Amino acid sequence: MEQDINLKITDRDGVAHDVLAPTDMAMNLMEVVRSYELAPEGTIGICGGMAMCASCQCYVNSDHELPEMQDDEEAMLSEAFYVKDNSRLGCQIQITPELDGLEVELAPES
Amino acid sequence: MIKTDILIIGAGPTGLFTVFEAGLLKLKCHLIDALPQPGGQCSEIYPKKPIYDIPAYPEILAGDLTDKLLEQCKQFEPGFTLGERADTIEKQEDGSFIVTTNKGTKHHAPVVAIAGGLGSFEPRKPLIHNIVAFEDKGVEYMIKEPEMYRDKKVVIAGGGDSALDWSIFLSEIASEVTLIHRRNEFRGHLDSVEKVQELKNQGKINLITPAEVTGIVGDHHVKAVVVSQAEHIPREFEIECDHFVPLFGLSPKLGPIANWGLEIEKNAIKVNNALDYQTNIPGIFAIGDVNTYPGKLKLILCGFHEATLMCQAAYQIINPGKRYVLKYTTVAGVDGFDGSRKEAPKAVVKAIE
Repeated sequence: MEQDINLKITDRDGVAHDVLAPTDMAMNLMEVVRSYELAPEGTIGICGGMAMCASCQCYVNSDHELPEMQDDEEAMLSEAFYVKDNSRLGCQIQITPELDGLEVELAPES
Repeated sequence: MIKTDILIIGAGPTGLFTVFEAGLLKLKCHLIDALPQPGGQCSEIYPKKPIYDIPAYPEILAGDLTDKLLEQCKQFEPGFTLGERADTIEKQEDGSFIVTTNKGTKHHAPVVAIAGGLGSFEPRKPLIHNIVAFEDKGVEYMIKEPEMYRDKKVVIAGGGDSALDWSIFLSEIASEVTLIHRRNEFRGHLDSVEKVQELKNQGKINLITPAEVTGIVGDHHVKAVVVSQAEHIPREFEIECDHFVPLFGLSPKLGPIANWGLEIEKNAIKVNNALDYQTNIPGIFAIGDVNTYPGKLKLILCGFHEATLMCQAAYQIINPGKRYVLKYTTVAGVDGFDGSRKEAPKAVVKAIE
């Protein structure tokens, strides 16, 4: 379990969840949310994690250094709704030890 | 009334493979899909993306997988009702079903197989407070009848392929085309982006970026849209138009199927996975990503397996008590409904002198 990190994920109803996420399973943030069922199946990760649907959009509320946004994520967010300056697609954030303590909030379903 | 043996709702990979497996049992299939083309997510969301876990295909593009499945089931002559969403189901006295689409097309079958994936794809509506009031009164989320826009002023919003392609197409038909996008960059095929650039230079497309439509003006019909532009100094202005077409992609919704009296769990239909993937309503099956059971995995290859077992159960319903044993295609060949026959070549029996 030493490879696990702690995350605080606030769901779409505003409830905060402290969860443990493995860093050695090539998981991304969207998949962590799904594995804990923090959003109903079919409302998150619809495209499977290809940055093609924005159903895993979240707001990053801590000042962790995140992987740089790639073109496809930026393009998808430019077409998504409820986008804020701290919006990211969960599927593009890989779970790494550096993200320990990350705080995110799921964006509304659209 | 369209009559068939198995009515398949959803023309994605699982639905298409069902046609083949049913065909081997001499059962005919008809498919309904809300999208205008077969393939489901594979053709709508990621046709150019590779899939690596289709058995025997180390790598195949989602669009190519659709083509191969269509080719594989072709001799069983599936019928298609495309661009229509299955809305209602009525059980008949004899146990068969009538399924009616949102356009009123009726289908009659003894067995219904729901292979609906994540649901039917519905357009994503931008968050404009009064947009609903103008639906079908100048606001259209999909272009179905391009002639409607002849000599009209059209505003299109969006930054993907459909926004680009329709802007190009309508620039020949409409009197004025304005394309509005939140960024200067578009994501689409390079030739579409270049074509829009060319049309913009020729003055045939009015391009406004980075900007957003934030309101609609009109009494009973769209008269103008309110545009907020963010570059340099933020400003707001109106663009006169007859139609506003927001193209922000599609998102799947389980939709009317959720009201068919089926047991639903986690946005999916519960089925009996120990037996035949039947739902709580006898004669209605759910296969592929749309179903759920303990240990369910939403994989195309699992959908293929579920489709195969489901067809055996459908055979029993359609031909009660009739004998049947599983045949291998290598041994029995494949007899198409179109009269074609595929079979393994006979071994050569010849003496060596």
